[in-house]
Amino acid sequence: MNGRPGNGRPANGWTGAVRWVVAGGLGRLLVVLPPYAWLTLFFLVPFVIVLKISFAEMVSAIPPYTPLVAWVEDVYLQLRLNMANYIFLLDDGLYLTAYLNSIKIAAIATALCLLLGYPMAYAIARAPEARRNGLLLLIMLPFWTSFLIRVYAWIGILKDEGLLNNFLIAIGVIDQPLAILHTDWAVYIGLVYSYLPFMVLPLYATLEKMDLTLLEAAADLGCRPLRAFLLVTLPLSMPGIVAGSMLVFIPSVGEFVIPDLLGGPDTLMIGKVLWVEFFTNRDWPLASAVAVAMLVLLVAPILVFQRHRQNAEEPE
Amino acid sequence: MDAVQDSVLNRAIGVFIMVDTQTVPAPARAPGGSLGQPWKDPKAVPFIKLEGVSKSYGDILAVNRVDLSIHKGELFALLGASGCGKSTLLRILAGLEVPTEGRVFIDGVDMAGMPPYRRPTNMMFQSYALFPHMTVEQNIAFGLKQEQAPRARIVERVAAVLDLVQMGAFARRKPHQLSGGQRQRVALARSLVKEPKVLLLDEPLGALDKKLREQTQFELVNIQERVGVTFVVVTHDQEEAMTMSSRIGVMNAGRIEQVGTPAEIYEYPHSRYVADFIGTANLLEGIVQTHAADTVVVQCPDMPSAVAVSQVGAVPAGASVTVMIRPEKMTMGRDRPTGEVNAAPGRVRDIAYLGDISIYHVQLDSGKVMEVAQTNLRHTAEQRVTWEDVVWVGWHPANAVVLTQ
Repeated sequence: MNGRPGNGRPANGWTGAVRWVVAGGLGRLLVVLPPYAWLTLFFLVPFVIVLKISFAEMVSAIPPYTPLVAWVEDVYLQLRLNMANYIFLLDDGLYLTAYLNSIKIAAIATALCLLLGYPMAYAIARAPEARRNGLLLLIMLPFWTSFLIRVYAWIGILKDEGLLNNFLIAIGVIDQPLAILHTDWAVYIGLVYSYLPFMVLPLYATLEKMDLTLLEAAADLGCRPLRAFLLVTLPLSMPGIVAGSMLVFIPSVGEFVIPDLLGGPDTLMIGKVLWVEFFTNRDWPLASAVAVAMLVLLVAPILVFQRHRQNAEEPE
Repeated sequence: MDAVQDSVLNRAIGVFIMVDTQTVPAPARAPGGSLGQPWKDPKAVPFIKLEGVSKSYGDILAVNRVDLSIHKGELFALLGASGCGKSTLLRILAGLEVPTEGRVFIDGVDMAGMPPYRRPTNMMFQSYALFPHMTVEQNIAFGLKQEQAPRARIVERVAAVLDLVQMGAFARRKPHQLSGGQRQRVALARSLVKEPKVLLLDEPLGALDKKLREQTQFELVNIQERVGVTFVVVTHDQEEAMTMSSRIGVMNAGRIEQVGTPAEIYEYPHSRYVADFIGTANLLEGIVQTHAADTVVVQCPDMPSAVAVSQVGAVPAGASVTVMIRPEKMTMGRDRPTGEVNAAPGRVRDIAYLGDISIYHVQLDSGKVMEVAQTNLRHTAEQRVTWEDVVWVGWHPANAVVLTQ
């Protein structure tokens, strides 16, 4: 047998591999691999586990669910997919109500963040260049304190004898303390407060890079400043609006800490339901089904939306 | 009614004759062209009038007490090096900058406090400033929609200007799908569509390559003659200003140095700056010796004998002046030129062959280098002057200018 590689052609795997490494394939792989490995290990694998548990049945054991695959009569390998959890989700109105309520609260919080965040981002983007970084730093400053502590602090502000009520009574605006804590209002305050930076930063990024001569052109063509904002600035900042809204809306839907600490017993959000199923009822399969349903319900519209945007941006 | 028709007819005849008599496809516009020369008529009312306009940013004076009159139908060029304040002046006309001092009138109306969206001006921006989220059509219709023009009129006007700039086939494209030249046409169409009284163009052809630029220059002039709008063009390119405009205002350090037709600016600059900025100029420093009725005699250290310059207008004896001669107005030969000419011997140091002409750098005995342009009439190599040859350069007194500033 002739063991020598023929005229420059990869005669065996080794020369091919060497060529591949020389061509930069290894470098590319090393760059791409870590994020893929990270996502697989910490997102995909846990999700598959949760998906698996959602098809199991609850038992009082450790772990508290039945295996999906079992030997039956020593010869059959049986895969039992228990759909009861999903059926229960549809049957019991509680879950659907919690989903819808979460989406409603998240949507309102997102809208409030947009209303508050847009002027902030606009003001920072149009501020003198020397001042912009300082203002951005102020937006990010709250991140230096733990999220949990900041939400706890709101209890101190919003409770009946809290800072806000004491202040309002002191200046004579109200006689009786306002019941804000443990209502949906407190949840909105907490959500808007916590997620506002995620709205401001992407908005700032799009507004800051906008070509201001476009506004001069609009004015030159007879457009008043407010109309110029609506016809030019607003449409051009759409990517920032979409990105900021996604960054606020998605975590808000599944938020647990804020409704748990600031919300009342009536505040029904899917994150809280999930917690109760896992830790109070110890019904892991049902809780997993809730989690999977939430993911599907949230991800599906986002994927459709992304696809739509990509199509819109393709040249005709 | 009759008078209007007459003037239209005259204008058409004027254009016709002008084109007909031109054998070379040179600039479509003779200076002043069909317009006449309203700036020479003291009774003519200027269409745009600037009175002592200044603009300062902190300590920096971008525009320094500018007085300027521009007449209806002119294609006026503001020419200057970058940072001379020409763009600021244009933006003051558009209302995008508020002058620190002075007044601006357009068609007799004081523009003080009038925001850009109410002015009878439209601007074509240097960067074109096309709205990236709108199609070509929507970009052009934008201005008409702001004045709530009826839909039928918008459609008709947009189609008309698209036709004018030959961009009809691209109406549905977005700006990022167009080439630089196409974007420039769309920007022009957008600024024309509202039929402004004054069209302001900021370096309109800056982003185009040379060939496309020349082509578009003539197109701009043609469009200007067809629509009859008053154009004010800002440019740093003197060739562009010369080919296109009826008059040029040369700006330097926030001031207008000189206003005149391209020929006036080139042949009779008022200052050293203008002479040097427009075209190539040989500048000789000297002291005025005598001044007769029509001839100034200047003692120049660089020249072997006193220089005579035909000049009307008083220049006092003893004043230090600069004599300016254009390279193409000079002669060059192996023998001393005869007759009533200024001449000096020198040595050829450099030759640039440009095909139609050659530029010779001739160093005089004093060390001063003069630029001489010679038309290459023959293509034989006989008697051609070459490097290190000793030659005489000369010029007629009528072909030089005495500059006092």
